[in-house]
Amino acid sequence: MLVDWQQIIEALWQTVVMVAVSLFFSALIGLVLGIILVVTRKGHLWENKYIFTVLNAIVNIFRSIPFIILMVAVIPFTRLVVGTSIGTAAAIVPMVLFAGPYIARLIENSLLEVDPGVMEAAQSMGATPWQIIIRFLIPEALSSLVLGATIATIGLVGASAMAGAVGGGGLGDLAITFGYQRFDTIVMLITVGILVVMVQGLQSTGNILSKKIRRR
Amino acid sequence: MITFDQVSKVYGEKAEGVKALDEVNLHVEEGEIYGVIGFSGAGKSSLIRCVNLLEQPTSGSVTVNGQNLQELSPKELREAKRNIGMIFQHFNLLNSKTVFTNVAMPLLLSKTPKKEVTKRVYELLDFVGLRDKADSYPDQLSGGQKQRVGIARSLATQPSILLCDEATSALDPDTTNAILKLLKKINQEYNITILIITHEMGVIREICDKVAVLEDGKVVESGSVFDVFSQPKTTTAHNFVSTVMHDQIPNSVYELLQKQDAQNKIYRIVFVGESTGTPLLSQIAKQYQVEVNVLFGSITELQGVPFGNLIVQFEGEEKEINRVIMHIHQQKVSVKEVLEDVG
Repeated sequence: MLVDWQQIIEALWQTVVMVAVSLFFSALIGLVLGIILVVTRKGHLWENKYIFTVLNAIVNIFRSIPFIILMVAVIPFTRLVVGTSIGTAAAIVPMVLFAGPYIARLIENSLLEVDPGVMEAAQSMGATPWQIIIRFLIPEALSSLVLGATIATIGLVGASAMAGAVGGGGLGDLAITFGYQRFDTIVMLITVGILVVMVQGLQSTGNILSKKIRRR
Repeated sequence: MITFDQVSKVYGEKAEGVKALDEVNLHVEEGEIYGVIGFSGAGKSSLIRCVNLLEQPTSGSVTVNGQNLQELSPKELREAKRNIGMIFQHFNLLNSKTVFTNVAMPLLLSKTPKKEVTKRVYELLDFVGLRDKADSYPDQLSGGQKQRVGIARSLATQPSILLCDEATSALDPDTTNAILKLLKKINQEYNITILIITHEMGVIREICDKVAVLEDGKVVESGSVFDVFSQPKTTTAHNFVSTVMHDQIPNSVYELLQKQDAQNKIYRIVFVGESTGTPLLSQIAKQYQVEVNVLFGSITELQGVPFGNLIVQFEGEEKEINRVIMHIHQQKVSVKEVLEDVG
């Protein structure tokens, strides 16, 4: 059986684009949400019961919807944002909605791990709340944040496999349409192989980066 | 310099809340090293945190340099905090930053020009003896070195007050002494007022001028270190003093107490200052018909004043022993019979 490498490279490119673009936007959203979730909790910089409770609930709701359902459920919103409900761009919108709250939780966890003593030291120096976030919380959590980003990226690679449902293309889609539906085992093995290598590469890069930041 | 006026701190709802501080009054003079000692849970942490408002007092006021910090705007408060350095039990350094950046942090926060920052940081690192560690990270340092970095950082903004929150509690005895010497040097060279909280009486004995004993959120005793050590009035103070003064009566003495009778009595004699120099026991042995037997003794120096503590046995006629006690009293030396049931 002949393998259409052109097709595989195209699918790989689609996966990379979907993951990269959705990672960028979901990281932005996640960072903002994660920081708000930390600083508005009880006893923190900007304690605010209402903002915390509402955001916490929203994040939980999005986190509890399976991606395949989320993708279909947000079609009207997707159309509003990118003008179409099919294709790679259309897959990115639900991916952002899926990964944003996920990353928010990861970031929240990383920031909460920062020694409260460091915050106390910051306050004793007369740091403003912004300075505490930028100069103390984030740098101290950075190593852990990078690991979180790695997990999120791998999660997005997994989610991108389902993008085929809205015609997003990508490696996962290729594996299903050719490998599963047309019994083209070789194409399926190749795509799975590429995905495995990709995930391994991402995890190793994340680990090395995180270690380098930690300098231990 | 620092005045606590009827300061109370309650955690939780007022009715069933925990009272960490209970109407504390305290006054720290400029240039003093003031120690607050207490067991864990006595309210020490809350007390020191009320000075720079890491904790807000529930009632009462804390005045620092004549300013009630609670009345300041957030901006003014941040400015005021730059005048109050603080070091911590667990150092609280940024592990992701070099020693240099850690020390520079308070200056970076106030957007000090770079040149000035570099100059000041190296000055401070020289002072604490860590210039060669400027590019190291905190986890490459020992506990003592980390605390030196903490001290350098706390001095970066040239404060007039330094708060020490159990600064030596995580350190071994040798390192503790080195850090205490450094604190004393800071106090003397820069005339920085130091407020220390600790549960180690050794810290108080080594460097403090004054001490307050905190128990259940209340100051139960306060005064000069010498007075509190030589004449503790409360049981808590006495317990703390005995942790470093070794004035407990040894078991062997207790055994002797069983055999005590009218002709054979055991006394505790406390010498303070000049009286330490008088050959009291030798005078007694010569002038009176009693045998003097020293069972236990220790002499400590408190702020340069010698302080002796002796447990002796007098053997002789009861009348003669009473005359001896009169004699000791005349020499203005404290003497007290040791009884079986008194510790």
